[in-house]
Amino acid sequence: MKIQQISLFLENKPGHLNAICRTLANNEINIVTLSLADTQQFGIVRLIVEEWEKARDVLEKAGHVVNLREVVAATVANTPGGMAEILDTIGKAGVNIEYMYAFTYRHESKAVLIFRFDDPDKAIEALTAAGRDVLDAPTLFAK
Amino acid sequence: MNTTPIIDNNIWQPEFECMAHSERKALQLEYLQGAVSRSLRNPFYKKAFADKGVSVDQIKSLDDLQRLPLTTKADLRDNYPLGFMGIPRNEVSRYQGTSGTTGKPTWVAYTKNDVENWSNLCARFLVSGGLKKEHTVQLSFGFGLFTGGFGLHFGIEKVGAAIIPISSGNSDRQLTCMHDLAPEILICTPSYALKLMDTIQGGDIARSDLRLEHAFFGGEPWTENMRTRIEEGLKIRCWNNYGLAEVQGPGVSGECAYRNGMHIQEDHFIFEVIDPDTLEPLPDGEQGEIVITPLRREGFPVIRYRTRDIGYIINDGVCSCGRTTRRMSRISGRTDDMMIIRGVNVFPSQIETALMRIDSVAPHYMIEISRPNAMDEITVHIEIKPDMFSDSMIEMHKTKREIGAAIHSITGLNMNIDLVSPNTLKRFEGKAKRVVDHRNLVD
Repeated sequence: MKIQQISLFLENKPGHLNAICRTLANNEINIVTLSLADTQQFGIVRLIVEEWEKARDVLEKAGHVVNLREVVAATVANTPGGMAEILDTIGKAGVNIEYMYAFTYRHESKAVLIFRFDDPDKAIEALTAAGRDVLDAPTLFAK
Repeated sequence: MNTTPIIDNNIWQPEFECMAHSERKALQLEYLQGAVSRSLRNPFYKKAFADKGVSVDQIKSLDDLQRLPLTTKADLRDNYPLGFMGIPRNEVSRYQGTSGTTGKPTWVAYTKNDVENWSNLCARFLVSGGLKKEHTVQLSFGFGLFTGGFGLHFGIEKVGAAIIPISSGNSDRQLTCMHDLAPEILICTPSYALKLMDTIQGGDIARSDLRLEHAFFGGEPWTENMRTRIEEGLKIRCWNNYGLAEVQGPGVSGECAYRNGMHIQEDHFIFEVIDPDTLEPLPDGEQGEIVITPLRREGFPVIRYRTRDIGYIINDGVCSCGRTTRRMSRISGRTDDMMIIRGVNVFPSQIETALMRIDSVAPHYMIEISRPNAMDEITVHIEIKPDMFSDSMIEMHKTKREIGAAIHSITGLNMNIDLVSPNTLKRFEGKAKRVVDHRNLVD
């Protein structure tokens, strides 16, 4: 039930993010969603792509520092309170969110949330028990 | 040569400082024979002398010094911790330390006689630069293994002046002390003086409320431009002196009232200047690596120690102060990659040792030094490796902090850590040039 996320080290220099996107474009890899964490000095770009193995290989070959991390994707209603409800469930389970980001993707009435938890298995268990939709890769990337 | 004194001309030990050349040469030869005998208690020199085929009784003139082996910092490291000690442990009166090249310090031992001589040699440059018995001195060098603190302390005590052993750091407290105890003399690194100058300009204590008249600077390279800036900014007179722990500490040479370079204490040290590549001796006036043989040291008798400092010897006749000794220039650079940051010696290899604590194979790195305001700033640029990288910002900050802490534990300095992408730092053929120094240390 987990999704592979690719993260890359990003220097705060013009063109660095573009170099990453260009490498993916040249290899016909589509970015489903991404998130950027930045500081004054450097940043971390986190990517969700379907062909994560290919993406990792081409990015590493292009000289980027790549890290793989299993993250959890869950859906919420794309209405006021949707996010608050799921956070209630996670809070009650006592799981810590290290970071998260959200997007809408072929689920017009729903938003997809990507979480990195300190204890992903416990989080999945709690979300499933509360009737939340935890997405596996085939579902997330379904056309 | 300046023939007008800037301050009163005083001499601490005129019997040695002003002795006739011939008399001093005879004394140097006698002392040199003694120094060589003492050094031969150490297996390193026993072997080095045997390899060169020299024995003590072959040293019949000062020219024979050329036949003796040179000693490098690497030799000291290879005989860590106390391979160069010239005496049994129970005769040691003091240990001091200076930074080594690989994370471990270089330990130096002093006997009671060494401490006594060192105190007099510090008194010589202090008196020649204006210290008097009735003065109060704020001693803002770190007290500890660094030779500046205790070396100067005993020198000031010798002269009979009052000491405030305030040690380094905490500018506000330094100024409060300077105001409340009204010292005439300040001793610190020149960059710290610049910092104090800035603190005064922005603070509540006015320069007119301070009695400060003189300062003695050492511990790091500085320039005539810095002297002018500090003298005008702080309205004091500043004096230069030179020394290093491997041959003693401060007191090896210092400026007189005429400021014609730093008088070398030649009854205690023989100076040579060599070409660092060919190792051939260079004539007075020519710039090269300074090589020092301490003549009187018992605790740590080194022979022809290569300081890696670049300078030249001034030998243009007797100085108007009356001292007959040759003088030396300011230090204009180094032959190795040692950096002097805020008075602390730092080697790139120490940074490498620190990085290897984080990861067994040190990443590619580069060290950048600048002096944006008064104080030296050092940034270590590190090319990130896959196993140092995490998708979590918390982890990344933790890694940065760990690198900073490892560097601090080895060098004692806080450095900025800058993580960069792989293959972005410049590569060099052969020996890597790890240090970029933006400080302007030469006029």
